[in-house]
Formats: sequence, structure tokens, C-alpha cells
Amino acid sequence: MSEAVLLIGTKKGLWIGRSDAARQVWQCSPVPEFEMQGVYAVGIDTRGDQARLFVGGTSEHWGPAVFHSDDLGKTWAEPPEGSIGFPKEAEASLERVWQIQPASVDQPGVVYAGSEPSALWKSTDGGVTFELVRGLWDHPHRKEWGAGFGGQAVHTVLPHPTDPDRVSVAMSTGGVYQTRDGGASWDPANHGIKAKFMPDPDPEFGQCVHKLAGHPAVPERMFAQNHHGVYRSDDGGAIWKSIADGLPSDFGFPIVVHPHEPETVYVFPLVADANRIPTEGKCRVYRSRDAGSTWEPLSAGLPDVSYVPVLRDAMTTDTADPAGVYVGTRDGCVYASADDGDTWVEVARHLPDVLTVRAAVI
Amino acid sequence: MIAVKLPTVLRPFAGGAEQVEIQADGEATVGSVFAALESQHPALRRRLTDEQGALRRHVNVYLGNDNIRDLSGLDTTLPDGCELLVLPSVAGG
Repeated sequence: MSEAVLLIGTKKGLWIGRSDAARQVWQCSPVPEFEMQGVYAVGIDTRGDQARLFVGGTSEHWGPAVFHSDDLGKTWAEPPEGSIGFPKEAEASLERVWQIQPASVDQPGVVYAGSEPSALWKSTDGGVTFELVRGLWDHPHRKEWGAGFGGQAVHTVLPHPTDPDRVSVAMSTGGVYQTRDGGASWDPANHGIKAKFMPDPDPEFGQCVHKLAGHPAVPERMFAQNHHGVYRSDDGGAIWKSIADGLPSDFGFPIVVHPHEPETVYVFPLVADANRIPTEGKCRVYRSRDAGSTWEPLSAGLPDVSYVPVLRDAMTTDTADPAGVYVGTRDGCVYASADDGDTWVEVARHLPDVLTVRAAVI
Repeated sequence: MIAVKLPTVLRPFAGGAEQVEIQADGEATVGSVFAALESQHPALRRRLTDEQGALRRHVNVYLGNDNIRDLSGLDTTLPDGCELLVLPSVAGG
């Protein structure tokens, strides 16, 4: 009997939604785990026999930590020595974990994390402990990476689906960086992505890329939601081309790809960086089924009046068939679709700001 | 012996204890006491100080009625037998 699990990371804790495989009726935990922690990163690792859940939480008092659960969220653990932290010689302290991303299925045990300050972390023990990826930390550009409103962070990690030596990350600000040698060296990969907030709008790096997404069946194609600009690269990130023409706005935070249709991609447009509310004051997910050539708004089950954004990590899919799509809003509502986004049901309302969501049918 | 009294929220990181006691070797400071927590209660230590050893911004530590930030911070020397009181600051929205 399959069970659907939806991790909802909010500004004040973790809620877990549960449903059957139909994903039409959801039960949300009545009280949060990790109370009063900003849960900016959650993860679900379905590669092993038993799913492992992750939470990256930050207490404003007691600092950041990463926990894992092997019983679908009933209990959580961190190793005695802690799971993640800068070595002394790095002369830095972890502020927040922004991303917890298992690698592909043929790299069992490998889990990546992204953090503020901008750093990439790699675990080879299934996400119990993480080590700093020095190649990116020691990059000569690091001193020039800036802080957006959310702090200066690696917020997106996109491991290559077949080549363990290749990983893409996105940071705000800094943009996209890629390694092809397992993390030893990194190059910016922002050609074509605009930085309208800089004197030179076409810099080598320094862009504010809000989110990256890709599909394992088409490894060289990636999508990016930028701080103004929605892009696609068909050559592994060498060149980015706009796919924003059919959208009401090119500003937004999340972008995700359908798990079974590499041409299908979802975004949540906001009016502009100076006006961060949904276009037309409606809660609308936009879907393209042709890799960004055309877009359509999805509305069935979503509010017709809404003035709150969806943050960069608060949209996701599961990998079930038919696929589930999920969004969480800054006014604490979570919506789920079990039919590729055609129709939506409310999972939760009146939670704190939703920062991140991840889902799986297990 | 230095006693570190804990708020309720931190007690799970010390096996549920209301306070932990640290045997001071030589002249104890707040910093040396917290460093000594690493072997007994590493998860507790991480919540008081970051990985570089700095006291977390919204953690207050009192020696008597004095916030150690108004004394010498982590370098504040501690007489044997004293108590440190850990309290979360007023923070959060």
C-alpha cells in the first residue's frame, strides 16, 4: 500500500502531509516538528530500500543543523559530532542550510547540501555527515559573490544524472557554477543570463539565479528562473536562451520539471522584483509542455485572489505516475495536484511562510 | 566545578538534565567551560557556540546577574563553584 509523504518546511517548523497514492485527501501533522526553526531545506532520498527524510533547520537562537529520519518522520537524528559545519581553517560559520539534494541512483550514499554562506557540501554516508567541497569554497570569485535578501547562499544543487563528476549549483548572487571534475574546479556558466541589477547586465558571474531544474533523461538541458528572466540551456549550461515570451512576467523564484515529461516545466510568475506579488493578483502556476515555447496558466483549485509569492524551493514534484505537483505560498497554504497540474487540492492553510516542499509516493 | 544551568529547550541535548557540571582544570573561563562540553555534550556545545567557537548571537549567558557580554565574553574568568545560566535572548518574529 503506497503512501504519499509531503514535507513542508516553513519559517517556524516542519509539517508533514500524508495521503494515499491518489493524493486527493491529505492529513497534515497537527503540530510542527522542529518548532520555531526556519526549515529552509528538506529532502527525500528514495534510492535505498527505505526512504530517508532530511531536514535542514535553523534556530535563531541555537543555530543550524541537519537531521535525518529513517521512519518517515516519526523520529529524527543527528550524529553526536553534528552533521555539517565549517572546518576551523575555513574561518566561517554555517548560517543556514538551503538545499539537501540526493545524487542520482547510481551514486548511492551521495547527498549534496548547499548553504549560506555560499558553500557546497558532499556526503558519502547517505546524508549523515557532510564535508565542505573545497574546490568551490576556495574559488577566487567567492569574495565577489554578493548577498541577496535571503543571504549569500548556494541554494540549488543539480547533480548530473549520469556523470558523478558533474554538478551544477546556483547561488544568489553569483549565478550558476559547474564542475566537471568531481568538485575540484568550478567555472561560471551564466552566458546569456541577465543581471539587470548590475552596471554590466551580461557579466561572467554575479547573476541572481533563483532556481535551476533539469530532467534526468535529457542531461544537457537545464532550466533557470532568474531574478528577471526564465531561461533554457540545451548544451549543459554553456548558453542560456530566454523562454519567457509566453509568460505574464519573467520574474519569480521556483522552476521545476515534470518527472516523466522532460518538455514540461512549471513556474510561478510574480509581477516584478519591485512588486513581488502574483501576476493579476491570482495564484497561478504556469506550465509549458514544449520546453518553454508556450505557457498556460493553471487555475483549477488555486485561489482566484492572492497576493503572496511562492519562494524558490516551495514548488516540487513527486515521481509517481501520474505525477504530483506541489506549491506552498508565503501565507502558509499548500496545494497539491495529482494530474500534472490540471487540478489542485488544498493540503494546508494558515501555516507560517512555506519555504520548501518535497514529496514522494513511497 | 562549574555548573551550567540550561533552559528547558536545551535540556534534551544534555540527556534531559537541568544543568551540567564541568570540572575546571586550572583557571576556568566561559570559553573553556563550553569547550569542555564538546566531549560530554557535543550537541549542546553546538547550540551555544558556532563551529569557530563564537557565542551564538541570540544566546545569553549570565554569571550572577551579569551578561558575560558585559564582562569579558568567553574570556570571562569563573571562580570554582560558580553557576552559569544560559537563556535565549528575546528574538524571533
